[in-house]
Amino acid sequence: MSTYQIAGALRGGRRRVAVADPVMTAAGCVVALVVLVALLAPLIAPYDPNAVDPAAVYAGPSGAHWLGTDDTGRDILSRLIHGARPSLIAPAAVVLLATAAGTTLAIAAAWAGGWVDRVISGVLDVIFGFPGLIMAVVAATIFGPGLLVPVLAMSIAYVPLIARVLRNSALKERNLPYIAALQLLGTPTWRIWLRHLLPNLLPIVTVQATVGFGYALLDIAAISFIGLGAQPPQAEWGLMVSSGYPGILSGQAGQVLYSGITIVVIVIAFNLLGSGLSRKLLGEGL
Amino acid sequence: MSRFLLTRVAGLVIILAVASVAIYGSMLLAPGDPATLLVGGGKPPNPELIASIHREYHLDDPFAVRYWRWLTGVLQGDFGPSLAYRDSVNHLLAERISNTLTLVGYASAIILLVGITLGTAGALRGGRFETSATAISAGAMAVPTFVIGALLAYVFGVRLSWFAPSGSGSGISGAFRYLTLPAVALAFSWIGYVAQITRTSVRAELRSEHVETADSRGIPRPGVIRRHVLRNASGPIFAVSGIAIAGLTATTAVVEKAFGISGIGALLVDAAAKQDLATVQAISLIMVASFVVLNTLVDLVTALLDPRVLKGRPS
Repeated sequence: MSTYQIAGALRGGRRRVAVADPVMTAAGCVVALVVLVALLAPLIAPYDPNAVDPAAVYAGPSGAHWLGTDDTGRDILSRLIHGARPSLIAPAAVVLLATAAGTTLAIAAAWAGGWVDRVISGVLDVIFGFPGLIMAVVAATIFGPGLLVPVLAMSIAYVPLIARVLRNSALKERNLPYIAALQLLGTPTWRIWLRHLLPNLLPIVTVQATVGFGYALLDIAAISFIGLGAQPPQAEWGLMVSSGYPGILSGQAGQVLYSGITIVVIVIAFNLLGSGLSRKLLGEGL
Repeated sequence: MSRFLLTRVAGLVIILAVASVAIYGSMLLAPGDPATLLVGGGKPPNPELIASIHREYHLDDPFAVRYWRWLTGVLQGDFGPSLAYRDSVNHLLAERISNTLTLVGYASAIILLVGITLGTAGALRGGRFETSATAISAGAMAVPTFVIGALLAYVFGVRLSWFAPSGSGSGISGAFRYLTLPAVALAFSWIGYVAQITRTSVRAELRSEHVETADSRGIPRPGVIRRHVLRNASGPIFAVSGIAIAGLTATTAVVEKAFGISGIGALLVDAAAKQDLATVQAISLIMVASFVVLNTLVDLVTALLDPRVLKGRPS
């Protein structure tokens, strides 16, 4: 095998040319905007998210309250803006933890092969049998409600989603000649992992993490909705849908509508960003 | 075939065994005395009660002994007592399971009917219809169950009063009145998923040579669609529908909570809020088991329908 081939293989994964993709750009802008809103929440929110105004209960949209107020007269827009922080940080933590663990396990399984691979794949299969929601509910039963515990439980549930795809790609990468060449050169294993395998797997990791973020946001919001995640009076989107529910029965749909639309728009933005990244980085649609 | 069957069933048993250990063993992670969790409520009760719970649940035995006692009980259909509800877990489940099963059955029927129709129509009509069907199904997958549930309750329950916005009813008319909106909410995101797969597999079949041949022989189009296209596309459609239905089980917790349906999903959430571990363990085990069993069944039936799956699999 020639050095030319090795160099070619090493360059793999970074050869795609950037092509303009309007849908992906729009999705990226939505994501950037929401992150900005979360960062600047106290500066841009017109009201304190927990400021109660007994004189303006269930007020409709107006100049003073753009999206109206909720059942205790709190400004819905301000609560949505402040809610961006927990609503985004929680799924981000899930994806970060699951991706870190999933990538490590996938590379380890592909690298070692044999019984290590079988054990890791077996454990992933068992975890895959647990719907994330159930895992979070069991965890909340034991440790009590709050965002932290469901986030940790959900991270475990997301590990197989990341690791299964990645293991196959890592296996392909591991069997490429450049890895054997690096081993023959006496490159330490950790160096091959960090400097060669990981960078070449990074496009797939990025796509998986982006798509996973949308699903994690839905799952965490669902946990808060059923009352086992964020606790009142915290402003969090899933919790806002649930506390707006009684209003529905008396014809007050505002809070549910606005917090619901916020969730849907952001999840769609992440899904589109993920499939755009997939086309761009991997050269294939999702 | 028998070898494939055997490995799949063995895999199922192993996963269920590990899952049961994990669910029962979760108790060991609890900070403090697990007896407080079995009482529920999260507050430390008086020492006498704790001591009696230790006796009743044999909490002073080694973990393996306790697990074995619990498992043999569960296998005989006895989930033990729930102290938070002052009732047997079996009785709590028996009162609620039929609502959950009806809901899941109703939602499954909607998923299959609407998903397959939408997907097939999209692939056959093509053009703008296909594009909009694809966009709608992709969008539907991003709508959380509890949001679509709230919107359905508002529009069809409160504004139009076609259905009851919340609660439970009995009988067929009760199921129709109270469970239609929850079933649609439960089905909603999966409809898009099934429609998507139906569309791609019907599309792939439409382009295949045997369909072209059938067309060129002058066989009427509806016959070609039914006998050649849909029949060959049925494998992936069946597999995806099965996975969708298996995935419903856990989501019932969200929908039942949203619509105030008295089912085991809502019971799971309420028991979790009361920190009633015995009930949560029972329902989690039931849900995980039905999820894993349904997935395995789908695999087996897919293999039976299409022998190529067997050959393609490393045994």
